[in-house]
Amino acid sequence: MSALQHAVTAHADTDTPLEYQNPHESVKITGFWIFMATDMLLFGCLFATYLVLRTHTDGGPTAHHLFDIPGFTAETFILLTSSFTGGLSTLAMRLGKRKQVMAWLTLTILLGLAFIGLEVQEFAADVAIGATMQRSAFLSAFFTLVGTHGSHVSIGIVWMVLTLIQIARRGLNQKTARKLFIVNLYWHFLDVVWVFIFTIVYLSGVVM
Amino acid sequence: MWNEGYLIWISDALIVLVVVGIVGALTYLKKWRWLWDNWLTTVDHKKIGIMYLIAALLMFFRGGVDALLLRTQLAQPGEHFLDAEHYDQIFTTHGTIMILFMAMPFLFALFNIVVPLQIGARDVAFPYLNAISFWLFFFGAMLFNLSFVFGGSPDAGWTSYPPLTELGFDPGPGENYYLLGVQISGIGSIATGINFIATILKMRAPGMKLMRMPLFTWSTLGSCLIIIFAFPALSVSLALLMLDRVVGTHFFTMMHGGNPMMFINLFWVWGHPEVYIVVLPAFGVYSEVVATFTRKRIFGYSSMVASLMLITVISYFVWAHHFFTMGAGADVNTFFAVASMAVGIPTGVKVFNWLFTMFRGRIRVTLPMLWTLGFIPNFAIGGATGIMLAAAPGDYQYHNSYFLIAHFHQMLIGGVVNGMLAGMYYWWPKMFGFRLNERLGKWAFWIFNIGFYICFLPQYALGFEGMQRRMYTYPTDMGWGSLNFVSTIGAYLMGVGFLFIVWQVLYSLFHMERDTTGDPWDARTLEWSLPSPVPHYNFAVIPTITERDVWWAAKQRGTTDLLTTSTEDIKEIHMPKNSGRPFIMGLAFFVAGFGFVFNWYILAVIGLAGVALCMILRALEDQDEYVIPAEEVRETESALGRL
Ligand code: HEM
Ligand SMILES: [Cu+2]
Repeated sequence: MSALQHAVTAHADTDTPLEYQNPHESVKITGFWIFMATDMLLFGCLFATYLVLRTHTDGGPTAHHLFDIPGFTAETFILLTSSFTGGLSTLAMRLGKRKQVMAWLTLTILLGLAFIGLEVQEFAADVAIGATMQRSAFLSAFFTLVGTHGSHVSIGIVWMVLTLIQIARRGLNQKTARKLFIVNLYWHFLDVVWVFIFTIVYLSGVVM
Repeated sequence: MWNEGYLIWISDALIVLVVVGIVGALTYLKKWRWLWDNWLTTVDHKKIGIMYLIAALLMFFRGGVDALLLRTQLAQPGEHFLDAEHYDQIFTTHGTIMILFMAMPFLFALFNIVVPLQIGARDVAFPYLNAISFWLFFFGAMLFNLSFVFGGSPDAGWTSYPPLTELGFDPGPGENYYLLGVQISGIGSIATGINFIATILKMRAPGMKLMRMPLFTWSTLGSCLIIIFAFPALSVSLALLMLDRVVGTHFFTMMHGGNPMMFINLFWVWGHPEVYIVVLPAFGVYSEVVATFTRKRIFGYSSMVASLMLITVISYFVWAHHFFTMGAGADVNTFFAVASMAVGIPTGVKVFNWLFTMFRGRIRVTLPMLWTLGFIPNFAIGGATGIMLAAAPGDYQYHNSYFLIAHFHQMLIGGVVNGMLAGMYYWWPKMFGFRLNERLGKWAFWIFNIGFYICFLPQYALGFEGMQRRMYTYPTDMGWGSLNFVSTIGAYLMGVGFLFIVWQVLYSLFHMERDTTGDPWDARTLEWSLPSPVPHYNFAVIPTITERDVWWAAKQRGTTDLLTTSTEDIKEIHMPKNSGRPFIMGLAFFVAGFGFVFNWYILAVIGLAGVALCMILRALEDQDEYVIPAEEVRETESALGRL
């Protein structure tokens, strides 16, 4: 592999995108796709649990009572936008514009923080009226599913900050490009998971 | 922990003595530096494989001692060797250790040692991650084993069903140890799955098309695919149960809307595929061994691949056969019964392919072949009793009886352990450069296998006579005494067989001749074209693969120099640098886990912070490779007589 890598770096192939040019780096992208499959299954199990338990409210607050339409709509809007700005950072990377990459990434981080802020606020409001995760099986499942997504987002934010530092320090090269590409894959993935949360948890929660 | 009785005190004392002994010996021989530089920080897949192997054998010993304690307790009616609580703890640790801390690392040992060499790769796809996987497994296993010394072992069975495992019914730290130890090592297993899928898909030497891959590599791919599909379910079920116990949620509780059945479903979504995770690589080993020792190409290669992949898929759709009796209804039970039986078809295909390969071959009965031959009758009986269990109405009769115990031991020992031992014997010369003594090995084989039948055949009958699993004692008038006594004798014979293996290893370490050929079995696949032990960069020049069983074909044609001699093609080689961080990260996980076991949150936070720090440092790391100059490679190769 490294011999192969050597051959390729020696006469770098400029037709392929930067993050795929070095096989040593591009295999990490493959690895990351496989990782996302496992993460998808993890969420799949949490969704299944939620679907089984969502009516088990034990006389406590129901989805209908709890979910606040403007709140989760704003969260959705912010997260989808951040996914878009994240995509723009990849685009800028492909064009070799480091400053732009950093600007879009910073914006993505800020939007991510806003999302987390809203989510914390939502959770705090629920807890304040006694809708804690200890109250009923429904709430246990709700907080765990949405909270797991939220902690993924938080990790994503830290990760993007680390990527930003590296791009600032080392510029755009095969390695940093690959890292940026992967963190964006992760971010899009969280977006997709959120779309499921939005429909399966929130929308069907307020409708039903 | 002070009122647990003399058995525990004696073992505690022994553990302390062993630890003091090891620490003392390392200090006296001034080997700490060596241990750290060569092993604890290594990212070399071959060394990681050897560490997995050692760990698996040690855990086999621990699990085996547990088994003997259980069997001693059951040897006669009304026995008081162990009390009920102890019995519960021991069957729990026995089951958990055997499946998660013996079988899994044993597979990972073989994956690591064999796969990159078989596909002509210089390394696994993610060597650093590979080291992390190992240390997560290791520290997860240590955390689990610590329960024995510190606080008490889990006692709700290796399946740990709620509501029995909810805090109210099971307050002690034992269950926490189970949840966290298994969780930590499970994360490592997922990483291993990802790593080997990427390795097999992306790191094959030029020309190594998928349909030219050796069957062991195929079985690894199948096993890893199941790992990544199944283990997340385990992680979720354990995490949710942990939340119930630590945070007070109500996923699986009896009150406030919890649903224990949800755990049972999630657990078996992992648990059933798990048995295929462990058995597929054994199938891979048998395929390699049969082909090598009959000197024939494997019969029906494509059907072997197809059946491996079919098992991979079907294994995912049978989990509910573990609770036919729990009220799912006839339609659901029918679906899962039929799916379970369907697995028998591809499995049968494989067995016939092995038999056809052997047919008219000149079989050399070496140790790997012996364990393979021993496997076939086991699998025939175990498979037949498995179909009996898969028939849902029948299962109402033998559910949770000794019939089941006999069945799954027949599969797990006769299928998995036989396979792993066959693999160990087969690749031992590749790992260490010498063979294991055949004479002692044959003693081990016969004693272990005869013991096996004496131990488990009576249990089928006991099952029919109504003896349930997880019973710590039984009254005389049930009439189960004599069969149980026979079974216990068998268990002890297996223990003696294991001791022969230990003796064999120790003896061979000092007395066996070095193998200078690199190919002591006259084998077929690529790994045997390398010297033993393999230099750390594996292939001086990555070979080009032209067909299946390339090494054999090259030997037939007399063109082995195309695969071995690495003339002026030798270039400098980039290798990953050793790192202490995976070890430290495992340790940090251990600290965090230990904190959670006893609800000492400060410790838990310190541990988690350590984990986070390790990850951040890794993210910011720039240079994790070094270069071996071409000259150095040439020198190594010519010292090995290959230039
Ligand atoms: C080496 C010889 C072995 C002997 C003599 C042995 C014996 C036993 C005994 C006596 C039990 C308890 C049965 C009961 O009371 O319900 C048991 C349970 C079990 N064994 Fe083994 N065993 C052996 C090897 C293995 C191996 C290699 C594996 C797995 C790879 C394994 C997996 C299990 C499991 C999963 C359980 C169920 C534990 C539970 O009920 O929670 N055993 N074994
Ligand atoms: Cu099963």
